[in-house]
Amino acid sequence: MAKANMTPTRNVMPTQDPLVRAHNFDEVALGYSEQTAIDEANRCLNCKTMPCVDGCPVKIHIPEFISKIKEGDFEGAYQIINKSSSLPAVCGRVCPQETQCESKCVRGIKGESVGIGRLERFVADWHNTFCTEEPVRPESNGHRVAIVGSGPSGLTCAGDLAKKGYEVTVFEALHTAGGVLVYGIPEFRLPKAIVAKEVDTLKKLGVKVETNVVIGKTLTIDELFGMGFEAVFVGSGAGLPNFMGIPGEALSGVYSANEFLTRSNLMKAYKDNPDTPIMKGGKVAVVGGGNVAMDAARTALRLGAEKVYIVYRRSMEELPARREEVEHAEEEGIDFQLLCNPVEILGYRNPEDPRDPKNGFVTGMTCVKMELGEPDEKGRRRPVVIPGSEFTLDVDTVVMSIGTSPNPLIKSTTKGLEVTRWGGIVVNEDGLTTREGVYAGGDAVTGAATVISAMGAGKTAAKAIDEALSK
Amino acid sequence: MYKILEKKALNPTVVQLQIEAPLVANKARPGQFIILRVDEAGERIPLTVAGVNPETGAVKIIFQIVGSTTEKLSHKEEGDYIQDFVGPLGVATHLDGLKKVCIVGGGVGCAIAMPIAEALHEMGAEVTSIIGFRNKDLLILEDEFKACSDTLRVMTDDGSYGEHGNVTVPLKEMLEKGEKFDMIITIGPLIMMKFVVATAKPFGVPCTVSMNPIMIDGTGMCGGCRLTLNVDGKKVTKFACVDGPDFNGYEVDFDEAMSRGRMYFGYERHKHEETCNLFKKEVQ
Repeated sequence: MAKANMTPTRNVMPTQDPLVRAHNFDEVALGYSEQTAIDEANRCLNCKTMPCVDGCPVKIHIPEFISKIKEGDFEGAYQIINKSSSLPAVCGRVCPQETQCESKCVRGIKGESVGIGRLERFVADWHNTFCTEEPVRPESNGHRVAIVGSGPSGLTCAGDLAKKGYEVTVFEALHTAGGVLVYGIPEFRLPKAIVAKEVDTLKKLGVKVETNVVIGKTLTIDELFGMGFEAVFVGSGAGLPNFMGIPGEALSGVYSANEFLTRSNLMKAYKDNPDTPIMKGGKVAVVGGGNVAMDAARTALRLGAEKVYIVYRRSMEELPARREEVEHAEEEGIDFQLLCNPVEILGYRNPEDPRDPKNGFVTGMTCVKMELGEPDEKGRRRPVVIPGSEFTLDVDTVVMSIGTSPNPLIKSTTKGLEVTRWGGIVVNEDGLTTREGVYAGGDAVTGAATVISAMGAGKTAAKAIDEALSK
Repeated sequence: MYKILEKKALNPTVVQLQIEAPLVANKARPGQFIILRVDEAGERIPLTVAGVNPETGAVKIIFQIVGSTTEKLSHKEEGDYIQDFVGPLGVATHLDGLKKVCIVGGGVGCAIAMPIAEALHEMGAEVTSIIGFRNKDLLILEDEFKACSDTLRVMTDDGSYGEHGNVTVPLKEMLEKGEKFDMIITIGPLIMMKFVVATAKPFGVPCTVSMNPIMIDGTGMCGGCRLTLNVDGKKVTKFACVDGPDFNGYEVDFDEAMSRGRMYFGYERHKHEETCNLFKKEVQ
């Protein structure tokens, strides 16, 4: 084995040139080569205490898989990851590793942590490219489990149970499986072919995927039990988008981030001459500072916007999006309007002609400047309006990316399912709801969070379902 | 994939399809809607359910050819399949306790109003139906309405059939004569519903309207179908897909809904022309 690589900095992730990628939907990060992956793997000191594993919501055996990369046994590395994660190619791309596994890495103390996420992605891509072995469907144990929603929590729960021999059916409301991985996260950050491949792997393990079924409408949870399912996992995801409640939010050209991204990603409005329309070009303001806001802003740019603003009411330090996404956005030329908050969206109205086709469309957004005041109970400094700081951004499209509230469909049609004041499904530490046999996880429980935390919840519930049904 | 069991042209631009979708047929109630995609690259469009047959698993939809997607759908024949069909979505029309109801339908909106009229008739309620069309050629479902209405008034804008005038004319006349409806349920173009509400207002009759905004997922995710209600002087945002499609007509901001409905007007017109040209080429 090679000697440990003591270079303080990690291997750089090759990316498409910012000026080129700002105009296409191809993936931004290009992935490590075999040589780079081995070199990066050699930066891992294989600590006995494995602090990185503690930082991983699904407890991937990180030093173990990295050791396999050092040996050049990439398939072996994949098999180790696969024991803990059903979606490695997805996680390697969208996990906030810098606040999870990588934040605990010993190498991070005197330099940069090992690029664990990049290595995970390398291993998963290597497997998807070179492995021809089909996953083997385990023998059925005769128990049937229904999964509501095919997003990260549902797919993880389905995968874990299928591997144990459960007969799993996933019900998806939309026409394509993948949940937020297909409607929310853009192609340039997570190619849809990768999601399709992961879903396909689950199907080979025996998981059935029924699209176009809305649980709570087409079928209820009670009916699922009547059909012979012994347990149900609800991973129905985040729901209705929040709006600010300022004047002008109903104007044409104002989108929620969910709608804007769904049009582009799921409905393929980014392609030439799509059936589903989307406003392309012009000047765009995205309100919010999360990963979803970064995705919306960078999508707008790729759709042909001449100028894209991120409008966020706190400073760069508080901005919740992943560092890498913010850096990528900045490189691509997104204009960050920080300490800035919208107060009104302005629209066109021709007083002479009520039939003027421009009527009702956005012409600008009035904002105020903010400064950070005293910290609130969570320790975050509260933004305060600077009096007299009003100004107008000249924009044609506004995308509101300020969070969501849980989907109301399931709670309103399921008796005995307790929800919190803000609508999240109440669960215990095993993911069990207040209704026997019904488990839940992901954004439906926590409100908007990350892909990996949803996967962690799917995993926890799968374990609990297995324990309950194998009694 | 979902099979087209039966196809019928109701007039030159309105088509009725029976689609095989047993799960939807089992559940759908008057006022609810479905979302469909014609083909793999297709957009998702909402259409209100015009009737179901749980025995055969058929769901009836009636649509007007207005854009590219409905154009493509109108070229599908019996035995063909459409890509996606999901539902029933939205909340069913609240009919409990209604004894005397006036149904006001306009154009293709009559297709949605009809199952509601039928349900009320079956419940034993007294049903007055006013259905309006631009002209005689666009008339649909007259016999069906006749069968389930105690009183039926057919209106055309140009007087080429039935009575001459808007649907609000007989409505106003009846209200002025002292007809006491428990509820007016109106379904049709936004501008028509706006005027039905305005006509009913001085008489204080409760008025339910069925909204049909632009939608994508239809399950409470995208927020595209939002509309503003004025509830006791306060503006409230509601989502037609999960809170509707029915709303209290006195609360709906119709002008805003009309403005939002025009958002993609230019794009859609262009797209429709393009689709028509494609079909013309195929014929040649």
